[in-house]
Amino acid sequence: MDMQVAKKKLGLKERYAVMTRGLDWTPSYQKMEDIYPYIAYEGIKIHDWDKWEDPFRLTMDAYWKYQAEKERKLYAIIDAFNQNNGHLNVTDARYVNTVKLFISGISPLEYVAHRGFAHAGRAFPGPGPRVACLMQSLDEIRHAQTQVHSISNYNKYYNGMHDFHHMHDRVWFLSVPKSFFDDAITAGPFEFMVSIGFSFEYVLTNLLFVPFVSGAAYNGDMGTMTFGFSAQSDEARHMTLGLEVIKFILEQDPANVPIVQRWIDKWTWRGYRVLTLVAMMMDYMLPKRTMSWKEAWEVYFEENGGALFKDLARYGITMPKCAEQIALEKDHLSHQAWSTFYNYAAAANFHTWMPDEDEMAWLSSKYPESFDKQYRPRYEFWREQAAKGNRFYNKTLPMLCQTCQIPMLFTEPGDPTKICYREVDYKGDKYHFCSDHCKEIFEHEPEKYVQAWLPVHQIYQGNCFPEGTDPTVEGFDPLAAVLKYYNFEHGRDNLDFDISEDKKNFDEWRGQATKNI
Amino acid sequence: MAVAAISKYEFAPADTQDKFHGAQLLYIGWEDHLLFCAPFAFPFPPTMRFGDVVAGPMQAAFGYHPDFAQIDWAKAEWFKSGKPVTLDFDKSLAENGLKHKDVIRFRTPGLNGIKGSCN
Repeated sequence: MDMQVAKKKLGLKERYAVMTRGLDWTPSYQKMEDIYPYIAYEGIKIHDWDKWEDPFRLTMDAYWKYQAEKERKLYAIIDAFNQNNGHLNVTDARYVNTVKLFISGISPLEYVAHRGFAHAGRAFPGPGPRVACLMQSLDEIRHAQTQVHSISNYNKYYNGMHDFHHMHDRVWFLSVPKSFFDDAITAGPFEFMVSIGFSFEYVLTNLLFVPFVSGAAYNGDMGTMTFGFSAQSDEARHMTLGLEVIKFILEQDPANVPIVQRWIDKWTWRGYRVLTLVAMMMDYMLPKRTMSWKEAWEVYFEENGGALFKDLARYGITMPKCAEQIALEKDHLSHQAWSTFYNYAAAANFHTWMPDEDEMAWLSSKYPESFDKQYRPRYEFWREQAAKGNRFYNKTLPMLCQTCQIPMLFTEPGDPTKICYREVDYKGDKYHFCSDHCKEIFEHEPEKYVQAWLPVHQIYQGNCFPEGTDPTVEGFDPLAAVLKYYNFEHGRDNLDFDISEDKKNFDEWRGQATKNI
Repeated sequence: MAVAAISKYEFAPADTQDKFHGAQLLYIGWEDHLLFCAPFAFPFPPTMRFGDVVAGPMQAAFGYHPDFAQIDWAKAEWFKSGKPVTLDFDKSLAENGLKHKDVIRFRTPGLNGIKGSCN
C-alpha cells in the first residue's frame, strides 16, 4: 500500500505517536459510553488514558515486516525438519504424547486468546492499549497457525491429533483449559487483561512455554523447539504488556486496587490448576527430563514471582493467598495428575504408561518427601497387574470440581492421604469443589459457574453421544458412544503406550534407519 | 456477591435433577484408596435400593482393588458431606435421605490400601 510519507523522516518516538495515538479521534456526534459500552461496569476507574506507556513503541507497519521475516525462517526450518523425517530423531515415541497434549490442550487457547485480545482492544478507549492489544491478538492467531503447521507433520505418523479442535470442545480433560479461557473471555475487558495478560502471560507463562520448548529441545523435537524460539520475542512483548496493564490500572485510582487483587488471586489459582497438565508432562511424559515440576515452580514462581510481588507491594498488591496451598501441593501435583490419566487411559487422546525403574529412581530423588511413601506402592501394584494382563482401566466417570472442572483428585493441604472435598448449597442445589480457592471463586460469582458444562454431567444427561444415537436400545455401550462423539478411535488413539500403534511404528521406522533389514 | 454485568445476568443452572432423565447424581468416594484417583459420579434412580448400589455399580467401579472383596459391610463407616451417617442397605436412596448431587464416602477399618499405603 502506498503511504504519504512526511517530508522530514520521523524519529522513532514521533513515528510511534503518529502511528498510534495520532490515529485516534474524539467523537463529535456519538457518546463515548455508546462507543465503549464495556468500560465502566467492572468498577475500574481510568482517569487519563494518555498515561499509558507502551514500552515497545512498535507500530503496525514495523510489526508486519518483523513477523514476516521471523515466519520465513520458521517455515524453512519446519520444512527441513519434515523432509528429513525429523520425527524419528525424538528420544522415543512416548515424547509424541506431549505434542498431542499441546495441540489439543494449548493451541486452541492461542486462538481464543486472539479473540480475547481483539475484543479487549476494541473495548478500550485509549489508543495505546488498543494498538498493543491488536498486536497481541495477531500474535495469538499466528501462534495458533504456526503450532498447527509445526505439529501437522506428527499427525501424519502418529495417532490422537487428527481432530484436535473438535476434541478441545468436547473431551472431558480438555474442558479444563477450555473452561479456563472461556471464563476469561466472558469477563469484562479489564478482568480479561488481568487474567490472561498479567496472571497467565506474565506470572505463569514461564511454567507453560519453557517446559514445552525446552522439553522439545531436550528430546530432539526441532520443529516444536523452533516454533518456541520464534514465539519468544512475542512472548516477551506479551509479558511486558501484562505488567504495564497492571501498573497502569493500579496507578489510575486507589479504588482499583482491591478489584485487581481479587482478580490476581482468582487467576493465579485458575492458571495454576491448568498447569496441572504441565506438571505431569514434565515429570512423566518427557523421556529426557528437563527439570522437575517442583524445581520449575520454585524457580519460576517462588523466586521470580516472589520478586514481582515485592515490586507490586508499593501499589498495595500482595502475593496471592493460594501460593501457600500451591507450596504444599508441589510434592504431589504431578503424581496425582499422572495417576488420573493412567486411570482414564481409555478416554484420552494420548497414551500413558508406568515409569520404568530408572524413572522411578529419578522421581524418588526429586520428590524425597512424597514419592516412595505415597506413589511408588501405587505404581508397583499397577505395574504388577499390567504384567499379569490386568492393566487398570478405570471405566467409571469421576466427580468433577465445579470451578476448575478437574476430577476431584487433589488431596487435603497437608494430608496427601485424604481427598479434599468442599461444597456449597446454592439456590437448592449442591456444588462441589476441589479446594477452598475454587470454592471461593464460585461463591463470588455463583451465577456464572452454575452454568458450567461439566463433561461428566453432560455425558449422564445424554448430550455426548453422536447425533442419532439411541441410548435406550439393548446392549447400548455409553463409553463407546462417548469415544465416537470425541472422534477417538478406540484401540488406536487411547490405551497404554506399550500396546500402541505409535510405539510399534516408531520402533519399526527407527529400525529401518539404524539396522539392515 | 454477584457477577458484574452490563444487564440482568440470570441463566439456568446446567445440572438440575430434571435434566437427568429420572436419575439423580450420587458421588461416592472410598477413603484411603487413592488407587482410584477421584470419587466417582453415578446417575441412579432415587428409588434404587442402596444395597443394590453397593452390590452392582460400586462393585463394578471399586472391584479392581484387592481390598474390595475383603470388606465387611457391617463394619463400614459412612459419611455424607463429611459427617457420619447411617445408610440402610434395604432402603432406597430417597428413603436414606440421599438427594441429587449428594456426596458420600465410606471407610473400611483395617483395609487401608496396598500395603497400608492408602492406595
